Amino acid sequence: MEVLYYTLLGLGASFCAYRAMISKHLLPSTLYLAGVSALVTVTLYLLGAHEVAVIELSVGAGLVTVLLVYALSVVGEDVIDRTSIIPKPLAFLIVAGIGGLVIWMAYPLAIQPDANGEVLLANVLWKHRALDVWVQIALIFSGVMGVLGLLSEKVNPQGQETQAHEIHASSEEHGIAMNCQAIQIEQELPV
Amino acid sequence: MILTPLNAVLLGVVLLLVVGFYGLLITRNLIKIVLVLQILVKAVVIALVLGGKASGNLGLGQSLAATVIVADTVVAVVALALAVQVRRRVGTLDLAKLSSLRG
Repeated sequence: MEVLYYTLLGLGASFCAYRAMISKHLLPSTLYLAGVSALVTVTLYLLGAHEVAVIELSVGAGLVTVLLVYALSVVGEDVIDRTSIIPKPLAFLIVAGIGGLVIWMAYPLAIQPDANGEVLLANVLWKHRALDVWVQIALIFSGVMGVLGLLSEKVNPQGQETQAHEIHASSEEHGIAMNCQAIQIEQELPV
Repeated sequence: MILTPLNAVLLGVVLLLVVGFYGLLITRNLIKIVLVLQILVKAVVIALVLGGKASGNLGLGQSLAATVIVADTVVAVVALALAVQVRRRVGTLDLAKLSSLRG
């Protein structure tokens, strides 16, 4: 029964990933990606990685989806050109080679699992992999800067400078014209 | 080939990797490349947890998977920010057109 669950989850995630890849529009692709993330979360939970499953669901299906939708709302929907840069048969051959290599390398591990005593995530993360935590903090800071870049308004320093010059020049011309009009009015007025 | 639960998960990982790599090779849109990278990283996350479970050290696999998720999210955010800026300045997200730009 467990095999059936894992197989269905894997096939479902692969189907959603394929639909996300071939979809003509980016919004359905994003929603299919959220589906992939949800199915991956269930797989992780069934594997016993409960903490990572929660992180994957909140970050993968939540945060990344929201960011992608926001980016799409900013840039708009482009017409996607379906022609690939490299020939598709060549891409298929490369991918088949990669898949075969992964199966060849990982299959022996998967048929002979080494079931030692399991170590808690907290022990590993805080005692043995403490450097990873610091790296994650630095990465999150970089992510915040990335979000600021994503949210920033359109900035064109040259254009702004040009506009500023134009405004300054027009205000100067306007001021000169106003002065001339004032002088004319003073000259026309009877003393 | 014996289909054990771990083999079934490995099958899903390989399928996700194949779809992700194929998409990475044929995709030309910048935002879609970010999306395909997400698919690849999800396969890697499952593979890390699977490796941890198979080797009897699930905690280590989970720790590495959490680090990969954080790094991947940051990569996605920065790549999306760059894509948005490219779209605003150049007017396209197509890789072929971007590669032909000069100056």
